[in-house]
Amino acid sequence: MASTEFLSEYLPILIFLIIASGLSVAMIAASFLAGKQNPDKEKLAAYECGFDAFDDARNKFDVRFYLVAILFIIFDLEIAFLFPWAISLGSIGMFGFWSMAFFLGILTIGFIYEWKKGALEWE
Amino acid sequence: MITSLAFYLFASILVLSALMVITARNPVHSVLFLILGFFNAAGLFVLLGAEFIAMILVIVYVGAVAVLFLFVVMMLDISFSDLRKGAMQYVPMGLVIGAVLLLEFFTLFGAWQFAPEAMGQVSAPIAADSELTNTEALGQLVYTKYFLPFQLAGLILLVAMIGAIVLTHRQRSGVYKQRVAEQFARKREDAMEVRKVSSGSGA
Amino acid sequence: MEDMWNTYIWPTLIILGQIGLMIGVVMIAVAYLTYFERKVLGAMQRRQGPMTVGPFGLLQPIADGIKLFSKETIIPSQANAPVFILAPMMLFMLALLAWAVIPVDAQMVIANINVGILFLFAVSSMGVYGVLMAGWASNSRYAFLGGLRSASQMVSYEVSMGLVIVCVLLCVGSLNLTDIVVTPRPVWVQIMLLPMLVVFLVSILAETNRAPFDLPEGESELSGGFMVEYSAMTFALFFLGEYANMILMSAMCTVLFLGGWLPPFGIEVLAFVPGFIWFALKTAGVLFFFLWTRATFPRYRYDQLMRLGWKVFLPLTLLWVFVVSGMLIAFDALPQ
Repeated sequence: MASTEFLSEYLPILIFLIIASGLSVAMIAASFLAGKQNPDKEKLAAYECGFDAFDDARNKFDVRFYLVAILFIIFDLEIAFLFPWAISLGSIGMFGFWSMAFFLGILTIGFIYEWKKGALEWE
Repeated sequence: MITSLAFYLFASILVLSALMVITARNPVHSVLFLILGFFNAAGLFVLLGAEFIAMILVIVYVGAVAVLFLFVVMMLDISFSDLRKGAMQYVPMGLVIGAVLLLEFFTLFGAWQFAPEAMGQVSAPIAADSELTNTEALGQLVYTKYFLPFQLAGLILLVAMIGAIVLTHRQRSGVYKQRVAEQFARKREDAMEVRKVSSGSGA
Repeated sequence: MEDMWNTYIWPTLIILGQIGLMIGVVMIAVAYLTYFERKVLGAMQRRQGPMTVGPFGLLQPIADGIKLFSKETIIPSQANAPVFILAPMMLFMLALLAWAVIPVDAQMVIANINVGILFLFAVSSMGVYGVLMAGWASNSRYAFLGGLRSASQMVSYEVSMGLVIVCVLLCVGSLNLTDIVVTPRPVWVQIMLLPMLVVFLVSILAETNRAPFDLPEGESELSGGFMVEYSAMTFALFFLGEYANMILMSAMCTVLFLGGWLPPFGIEVLAFVPGFIWFALKTAGVLFFFLWTRATFPRYRYDQLMRLGWKVFLPLTLLWVFVVSGMLIAFDALPQ
C-alpha cells in the first residue's frame, strides 16, 4: 500500500464522486415526485415530427465512424506516451528527444498514409 | 482503515461488474459494466500508488477503447438471439484458454513461494524510496533505457493504423467533396468572363 | 474518542464543507452563465435579454430551474429506461467531479493530486458516454444521429487537445495543476504557446458542442439531437452538465495558459485582489469568448468540422510539440 499522505489527496475525490452521484439521483427523483406524471401513448412515442416510427431507430451506420474511433485510440496512446516524456525531457536530454522524434516519425508515416488514402475525407 | 475499506469497495465492485459483463443479456449493458470495472481497477491502481497508470487506464481504456466497443455493440445491427445460439460451441475452447491462464497465474504465484529471493532479481532501476513521482520515474526509463521496446510499440501502433484503414476504408464514388486547395486556386478568369453587350442584341 | 475526533471526523467534515462550497459555487455559476449568455447574446443583437423576472431579469435562471423541476419526466416507451436515466446523471456527475482538482487559488484546491491534468483529461474524455448513451437509449432517429455525430466530434478534437496539453507540460515539467500555474514562463515561451492557446480555444468549443460546432444538437437539422427525447429534470441535468463543462473548460484554459489565480502580466500592484477573484475573472473572460463566437459564427458543416480537427489541428499541434521541445532544448530552458 502506498503512503497514507499520498492517498489522502485522493480521498476527497472519492467523497466528491459519492456526493455528486447522490445529488444527481436526488435531483431526478425529487423532480419525478414533484412533477405531475401523466403519461399517455402518444406522449411516450419517439419524436418523429408527427409520424409514427417505422422501425427501430438503431440501424447500421457508416463505417467511417468506426475508423475515427480506431484512429482516435491510436493517437490517444501516442499522447499517453507523450505525457511522461514531456515532464522528464529535462533529465533525459538529447537521446530522449531523438527517441521520441523517431517514435513520432513512425506514426507520422501512418498519418501520411491515411491522409493519402483519403481516410480523413468526409463529404 | 480507510484504505482497506476502499480496497474492498473497489475490489468487490470490480468483481461484481466483471460478472455482470458476462451475464448481462443486453451487450450494451455489458459494455457499461465493463466501463464500471475499468473505473474500479483504476481505483485499485491508485491505492497501490500507481497514479499515472490509473489515469492512463481511464484515458485510454474508458475514454477510447470502450468508446469503440460501445460504437460496435450499439450501432451494429446484430440480432442478439442469433449471436447466443452459436455461443455454446465455443465453450471447450474458452475453457482451455481459461485453464491455461489459471495455470500461468499459479506458476507465477508459486514461483514467489518457492524462491523468496527472486524478489531481489527484479530490476528496479529507480529506488523505491525516491522522491520522484511515478510519472517522472517512467519518463526517465521508457525513452532511454527501454528504447527498443518503446520503438516497437510505435511500430505496433503503425501496423494497427494501416490495418484499420486497409480493412475499413472504402473509396466511394459519386459524392461531392470539398477541395479547399482547388477552391483557393480558382481564379476569376476561370469562372467568369466579361462581355460587352450592345443594346438590342442578346449576349 | 478524542483521537478519533481529530483524525477522522474533523478532516472529513472539512472535506465535506469544501466539496459543498465548490458544488454550490459551480451551480450558481452555471445558473448565472445561462443568464449571462442570454444577456450577452441580447446585447450583441441589440435586444435586452431577459428583463421580466426580478430586477433586470436577475431571477430568471431560478424561475427556469423551478419550471424544469416541476415538469413531467417522460421516458419514451421504446427507450431503454436505465441507460436513458443514467446518461444525464453521468454527464452531470462528471462535470462536477472534475472541479475536485481545479486550483482556484494558492492552496485552495480540494484534491491536490500529482496527476491533476491527467485527471482532467480523463474526466473530459468520458464526456462522450453521456452523449452516446443518451443517443442510443432514446431509440429515436434524431437522438441516434446526434449522439453518433457528437461522439465522433468529441474524440476528434480530444486528440489535438491532448497534444496542446503536452506542449504546455513541456514548459512546466509537472502534471500537478498548482505547479502548472506557479512555474514561471519567460515571455518568449508564452509567445510560442500563443498558437496553442488558439487551437485549445477552438477545441474546447468542439468538445463542449458549442456553436459554431453545435452539430450534434443542430436545431435546424436534428431538432435537438441527442437531447430530443429528454424532459424535466433529465433534460435539466444535461443542460447543467453542458454549462458546467463550459465553465470547467474555461477554468482549464485559465490554468494552462492564463496563469490561474495570479494577477495578469505579473503586475505586483494588483496582487491585493484575492487570487480566486482573478481566477473567476479570467474564467469569465474565456466564457465571454464562448458566447461571442456563438453570436458571431454560423454553424460549421460536418465534413469541414472533421477536416479542421484531423487535417489542420492534428498536424499543427504535432509539429508544435516538436517546435516547443526543440526550442526549449536549444535555449536550455527546460524545467529540471
